Amino acid sequence: MDHILVAKNVSKTYGDYTALSNISLEIPKNCIYGLLGPNGAGKTSFIRIINQITHQDAGEILFNGEPLGPEHIAQIGYLPEERGLYKSMKVGEQALYLAQLKGLPKQVAKERLKYWFDRLNIGDWWNKKIQELSKGMAQKIQFIVTVLHEPKLLIFDEPFSGFDPINANIIKDEILQLKEKGTSIIFSTHRMESVEELCEYIALIHKSEKILDGKLSDIKNAYKNNMYSIGMHVDGDIQPLIAQLNEEAEVITSNLDIKDNQWDLKVQLPSEDTATILSKLTKMGNVNRFDELVPSANDIFIQTVNNKENGK
Amino acid sequence: MASKLGLIIKREYLAKVRNRSFIVMTILSPLLIVGMIVLIAYLAKVNDEDVRVVTVLNESDFFQEDFTPTKSVSFVNFHNLNLEQAKDSTNALEYYGLLYLPKGASLEEVAHQSYLFTKNNPNTTVTQQLERIFQRQLRQDRLKRLGVSSEQFSSVEEPFEINLSTFEGERSMKGINELKAFIGGGFGYAIMMFIIIYGGFVMRSVIEEKTSRIIEVIISSVKPFQLMLGKIIGTSLAGLTQFAIWIVSASALLLLVVMLFGVDISALSQDPNMSGASMPGMSQLAPMDSDMMLYAKEILDIPWGLMIFSFLIYFVLGYLIYSSIYAAIGAAVDNETDTQQFIFPIILPLMLAIYVGFFSVFSNPHGPIAVGFSLFPLTSPIVMLMRLPGGIGEGAVPLWQFLLSIFLLIVTFLGIVTLAAKVYRVGILMYGKKPTYKELVKWLRY
Repeated sequence: MDHILVAKNVSKTYGDYTALSNISLEIPKNCIYGLLGPNGAGKTSFIRIINQITHQDAGEILFNGEPLGPEHIAQIGYLPEERGLYKSMKVGEQALYLAQLKGLPKQVAKERLKYWFDRLNIGDWWNKKIQELSKGMAQKIQFIVTVLHEPKLLIFDEPFSGFDPINANIIKDEILQLKEKGTSIIFSTHRMESVEELCEYIALIHKSEKILDGKLSDIKNAYKNNMYSIGMHVDGDIQPLIAQLNEEAEVITSNLDIKDNQWDLKVQLPSEDTATILSKLTKMGNVNRFDELVPSANDIFIQTVNNKENGK
Repeated sequence: MASKLGLIIKREYLAKVRNRSFIVMTILSPLLIVGMIVLIAYLAKVNDEDVRVVTVLNESDFFQEDFTPTKSVSFVNFHNLNLEQAKDSTNALEYYGLLYLPKGASLEEVAHQSYLFTKNNPNTTVTQQLERIFQRQLRQDRLKRLGVSSEQFSSVEEPFEINLSTFEGERSMKGINELKAFIGGGFGYAIMMFIIIYGGFVMRSVIEEKTSRIIEVIISSVKPFQLMLGKIIGTSLAGLTQFAIWIVSASALLLLVVMLFGVDISALSQDPNMSGASMPGMSQLAPMDSDMMLYAKEILDIPWGLMIFSFLIYFVLGYLIYSSIYAAIGAAVDNETDTQQFIFPIILPLMLAIYVGFFSVFSNPHGPIAVGFSLFPLTSPIVMLMRLPGGIGEGAVPLWQFLLSIFLLIVTFLGIVTLAAKVYRVGILMYGKKPTYKELVKWLRY
């Protein structure tokens, strides 16, 4: 079995409101999977179903090949978007309680907590109360509690909101390390750029429907449209050059910095063949940049949604 | 599963018991209660001691021995003063009033020409006391003229109380039903207070989990129903702990107060060996004393074992029902101010139970209203306890009613906890909405 989680035609409605309609997803093992979409798309509803907080009205979910059931709760770690801790409880006590609720024996939980507290340099927080900690500090505790029972599947809902950049990086590194150790990870976020670099697979969810999913590199390749960003050093007038280039491709934007004769332009090629235009460019001047403009997940999302709505 | 419930119960219990306000409440409440008792006793005493002094200017030959001080009026006799001087002196001494009896040929004449002078309109207690003195003398005087001697008169004046008995021949007592209902009422009242206070704790604890946003973390590990149940049980254990502390510390404090302030404990105690000789005041109260003994016997006859046993049963069942509703309310709202509209309908049946209990059960513990309310599950924990001091069996609460009310409570609990859990499950994940009743009904169908 190479999928940690498989969802087949999962639907969920609250009264008249449809939260999920016919969602099917396959989440491979040992990868980082991005569940992307704007607020209210249905991401959290889907995650709550995986965590068995609510149940789907229709459809089936397999965890590691078995139908999802209460016995899998201990194998899932969940950091919700709406996360918090008991304010008047001590840090150590609280972490111990939450770990035990996940099924860890007290002694094991204690040892692992000590390891993690030392690792994140918060060993001296054990007897502090949550209300004495800053929001970012509390988030560290929440992260530890989420991963402490070494789950096979980790789910992070908007994981980086509330973290300052330094702590966000620490957590990002920890997540990557967990992935190295074999954990499967789901990221859910509406800020697509924040997790794009981490995800190998993504699914785009919009208005309760999945509109796109697959390997991120495949999706990007499919959405490439032969747009290139070029930078070059030129002497003299650029108007004739533009006319020359337009024979081969379409110049979308053009900007010349007169001070140091740096010419930046964006070009749309008719095909994937770059040899012709490159040879032409090299004759015009000194090319110092030639990048393919790969669409971001956000671009792809907007394009897909537009296509879909125009198609209707 | 069971161990998770245990963990939740333990956490809820410790969170409650360690809470500063819980500790303060636990320590202060007995002090407050004892303080209240002392204050009430003190005020009652002060009230009793408020004796009004009436000066008496008696120019007649009658009523010489009759103005003896009573509980609320005492008398000062003026001699050799005229009326104006007496009035001035009374005013100067700031006494309550002046009673003037002029010279007269007969007692009848003197009585009818007497005046009570006061600064303002006189207090009815005072006028009644004085009138009683006049009436008694007038009656005696009139009867004497009809040939009745003072001795004969005194023997006629003997007070009378009717003898009471049950059909079985035991001597029954006036007011014993009220006494029993009062004791039962105390138990019922305790249940009501406990439900309101600890139901509120459960509700606030649910709201706290919602506002601190820890709820989703927890219910990804345990079922919402487990969390709700653990919270209800943990809080009730904290409450029982508090009760135990109160009972022990309040009795200790009461004992201390009694010893320090010398409150007459013998008046409260029912010691049958109390000798009349050592308490001269008591000897003339001999019939009263035997009444007291009878009351004491009746109090001891109350099936205390049954009372405590059923207190626990009715408390547990009643608390479970109400605190499930409280938990559902806590889950439905975002903050405590939004709870008002939902709280009132919960407290209503509890208050109804108390009022029905005090008005109906006191006068007729086994009448149709008392029976009905002691079977209806939302009021039965309170009303049934008010009926129970009479015991179970013939002439008291029939066994079938007792069992039926418990059965109904259990069925109601199962029904309510199912509904409450549904509202709870949906509500804990809802933020930013102030729900209406209509919406709550919709949640039941999710």
